[in-house]
Amino acid sequence: MSHAHSSHDVGDFAASIKSYVVGFVLSVVLTAIPFWSVMTHQFDHATTIWVVVITAIVQIVVHLKYFLHLDFSKEGKLNTFSFLFTALIIVMVVGLSVWIIYAANELMM
Amino acid sequence: MSIAIQADLHVAHSDEHEHHDTSGNTLFGFWIYLMTDCILFASVFATYAVLFMNTDGGVSGKDIFELDFVLIETAALLVSSITYGVAMICAKHQKKAATLGWLLITFALGCVFIGMEVYEFHHLIEHGNGPDRSAFLSAFFALVGMHGLHVTAGLIWMLIMMVEVLTTGLTNRSVTRLSCLSLFWHFLDIVWVCVFTVVYLLGAL
Repeated sequence: MSHAHSSHDVGDFAASIKSYVVGFVLSVVLTAIPFWSVMTHQFDHATTIWVVVITAIVQIVVHLKYFLHLDFSKEGKLNTFSFLFTALIIVMVVGLSVWIIYAANELMM
Repeated sequence: MSIAIQADLHVAHSDEHEHHDTSGNTLFGFWIYLMTDCILFASVFATYAVLFMNTDGGVSGKDIFELDFVLIETAALLVSSITYGVAMICAKHQKKAATLGWLLITFALGCVFIGMEVYEFHHLIEHGNGPDRSAFLSAFFALVGMHGLHVTAGLIWMLIMMVEVLTTGLTNRSVTRLSCLSLFWHFLDIVWVCVFTVVYLLGAL
C-alpha cells in the first residue's frame, strides 16, 4: 500500500511539473512575440498595437490557468468568480477614467 | 525508518484533516486581498494612461525605454514564476531540501529583477529624469515603483519562509503560507505582463 501511495505521488508530481512547464513555454512564446514585433518594427503601427494587446491578454489567461490554477471546478469556482468580478471593476475603473479624461481633454482643446 | 515515515505521514494526514477548512479559508481570504490589490494597480494604471502624454517638454517613453533591458527583467521574473511553482510542488510532496533550493533560486531571480529596476531608476534620476520632472515620469515611477515594492515585499516574505522551512520543516502551516506567497508571486507576474505591455512596449512604439 505504501508502494502504491508513493507511485501515485510520483505521477502526481510529474503531472504538476508538466502543467507548469506548459504554462511557462506558452508565456515565453507570448512574451517573445510582442517584444519581437516592437523591437524589429515588423508590422505597421496599428497592427503592432493589436499584436501587443492580444498577446498580453492571452498571456494573462495562461498565467491564471497554469500558475494560479483558476478553473470552474467546485473548489475553484469561488476564486474564479471573485476574479471575474474584479476584472469587471478594473475594466470600469480604467476604461471609464480614460474615456472621461480624454473626452475632457478634447473639449478643452 | 519505515515506521517513522509511516508515523509522520499519519501525523501529517490527521493534521491536514483537522485544518483542511482553515487552510482553504486562508487561501481564499488571501485571494480576496489580491483582488483588492488588483484594483489598486488598476487605478494606478488608469492614472498612467491619463498622464503618459504630459511630458512637459521633457523625455517621453520613446526616449528612455530600453527594451532589451526590459526583456531581461521580464525573463528573470518569468523564470522565477516557474521556479516558485516547482518549489511549491516540492513543498506539497514534503521534499524539504528541494523546496529550499528552488526557493533560493526564485529569490535570486527576484533580486536580479529588483536590482535591474533600481539601476534603471537610479540611471533616470541621475540624468535629471526623476519623478519630479513631469507628470509622465511621476506616473511612471509610481506605477513601476509600486510593482517593485510589491516584489520587494515578496522577497522579504520569501526569505522569512526559507528560515521557517529550515527551522520547523514543511508543516501544514508553512505549506499554507507558501501557497499564499505562491498566489502573491504569480499575481505580481501578471501585473508585470500588464506593465511591460502598457508602459514599455506601447510606450516605445
